[in-house]
Amino acid sequence: MSTKEGLQQSRLLRGVHRTLTGLHPALESLIAALVGLSVGAILMYVWGFNPWKAYSALIQGAYGGSYEWASSLTRAGPLILTALTFSICVRAGMFNIGAEGQMYMGAIASVCIAYFTLPPGLHHIVGLIFAATVGAAWSLVPAALKLMRGVSEVISTIMFNWIARWLALYLAIYVLVDPIRAEKTVSIPLTARFPLLVPRTDLSYGIFVSIAFALVIDFLLSHTATGYELRAARLHPSAARYGGIRNKRTMFLSFILGGIAAGLAGATIVMGLPPTYAVYGGGGLPQLLNMGFDGMAVAMVGRNHPIGIIVAAVFFGGLNAGGRVMQFYGSNPVPLEMVRVVMGAIVIVMSIPELIRVFPMITRAGQNLLQTIKRGIRGGTEEESA
Amino acid sequence: MNFSDIISLLRISLHAMVPLALTAIGEIVGETAGLFNIGLEGILLISAFAGALGAEAAGPYVGLLIGMGVGGAISLLFAVINTYWKGTQMVTGIGINLFAMGFVAFGLIQLGAPGFHIVPRADQLAKIRTPIGLYSPIILLALILPFVIHWFIRRTRAGLMLKAAGEMPEAADVAGININRIRVLAAVFGGMMAGLAGAHMSVAWLGLVTKGLAAGRGFIALACVVFSGLNPLLALLAAFIFGFFQALAEWVKTLPSKPIPGEFVSMLPYIVTLLVVSGAIGRVRFPKFLGTPYKRE
Repeated sequence: MSTKEGLQQSRLLRGVHRTLTGLHPALESLIAALVGLSVGAILMYVWGFNPWKAYSALIQGAYGGSYEWASSLTRAGPLILTALTFSICVRAGMFNIGAEGQMYMGAIASVCIAYFTLPPGLHHIVGLIFAATVGAAWSLVPAALKLMRGVSEVISTIMFNWIARWLALYLAIYVLVDPIRAEKTVSIPLTARFPLLVPRTDLSYGIFVSIAFALVIDFLLSHTATGYELRAARLHPSAARYGGIRNKRTMFLSFILGGIAAGLAGATIVMGLPPTYAVYGGGGLPQLLNMGFDGMAVAMVGRNHPIGIIVAAVFFGGLNAGGRVMQFYGSNPVPLEMVRVVMGAIVIVMSIPELIRVFPMITRAGQNLLQTIKRGIRGGTEEESA
Repeated sequence: MNFSDIISLLRISLHAMVPLALTAIGEIVGETAGLFNIGLEGILLISAFAGALGAEAAGPYVGLLIGMGVGGAISLLFAVINTYWKGTQMVTGIGINLFAMGFVAFGLIQLGAPGFHIVPRADQLAKIRTPIGLYSPIILLALILPFVIHWFIRRTRAGLMLKAAGEMPEAADVAGININRIRVLAAVFGGMMAGLAGAHMSVAWLGLVTKGLAAGRGFIALACVVFSGLNPLLALLAAFIFGFFQALAEWVKTLPSKPIPGEFVSMLPYIVTLLVVSGAIGRVRFPKFLGTPYKRE
């Protein structure tokens, strides 16, 4: 056996080992998703539903055809952005759970562009800039409170979510209201709507804003000094400071980037949502509700990595889109809320590090298998040399 | 504003104080031992729902006990993940909140009317009749418990062990204290208190369950804990302040003249919470190992 072959084999073994002992992040996410879906299935069974039928309706409704794919991707777009809000801050060692409120403010800000006329293109850009600025401004206050007064960002961002919710409702009902239809705000003019990507669906070009922003963040985090500083600030704050990294600056930066992402999420929802391209005040902002919280689940399943987040968002967007089909399917349909139960279960499972170590049985089985493979390879090479 | 208005404002404040105070006291015990549970919001919501179901099935006391049991059970899961399995406390808490939002909304649909469920008056905990209005007996518990816990943490051996688990787990481990077991017990107590608080809302106070029943109370209770610096008596004070502003917001909304739009009034409790917390911070100190799982070297 040559050295090169030996190296290849050991590399292969290490890969297998990582996969079987639960150190591979993607596999952990997959297992968490499966556990979450099983928890949902058990609950459905307990409440007297048929989980098998419900899940097949869900998968059919999420990925069954081009229309279904389009509607899953529509729901994935804003989730990518709100997930980025959470994960940028996690990369810098903070828990920013204010995506929900920042997204509300972004959505409301983008509605404001209905009051002036600009050529198409420029109008889109102005709308996005509006939303990003307001989202970032909304996230700056918790950042400043943390920096100057030491207020935990968990508490301040949640309080800001509630304040944003009531402020957005007020603005949608009394200030930006459509004079003809009181249940919604004025509609975004034609010059600022994202055109539909697939006709007769609700998938618009807005999804490219989400993907482009995710790629920019990916580049920023893994290929620039700023990204390095963000990560260093989390891993070892005092060492980072000693190394000349200004922790306060990185903290502000992560909050601002997060706010921009959440604001853009609000804008893409409003500017890319047929048929009315408006925020509904009546019914409590139904299209925006919980997009920020779901984003946190996406961020965790995506392991806080921009590319992972895109994949996870397609999964969660599919759950949301499929859930809408599931709730009308069969004689005993399962309510849409089951989807959020599954999300919660997935996040709880995701909080366990090195998941499989919790289940020693699986680890042992994995190691046995590994031994067998090793023996097999050794046997094979012995035969060759003989 | 006349005398009866002041009395009713005070009465609503006391009722609104209870969920905040109980949840905050439970969380103080948990944080003293080193576990930071942001899933309180979810525990409040689920236990309010479970408590209402229990009360309708077997009376208000069973409802309260079921609320406590459910709260304790969720906290047990949280604690086991974050002690024995070395999990990330923030993430588990966020998961619990998401799960609760979905689960309660789902359960409410199964009960019939989507969005809310009313507990019949016969199944609610009877309120104590006093010359100045009807009061839930749990208010008394919420007023006494902080003093008991204050004494427990500062004056008993078990309380000292609790503090050691949060301040210096290594030394405590060497002294023969089982850190993980102490943390689990503390968190389960905290969960039971949050569960009682949730059941109080549905069974003893408001008499209904909605999707948005918790309305940030779990996080406001966390703000009470931050304000108090883990002193149960200060947490009670903070809970009363926040409860008062919730009551004030409800009271202003019922005024016929509508001096301020309702949306701005609804913001009031959250703004006050932010102001109080940002004014209070700086002098408080938290356990050294709060939020980090204990690993033996």
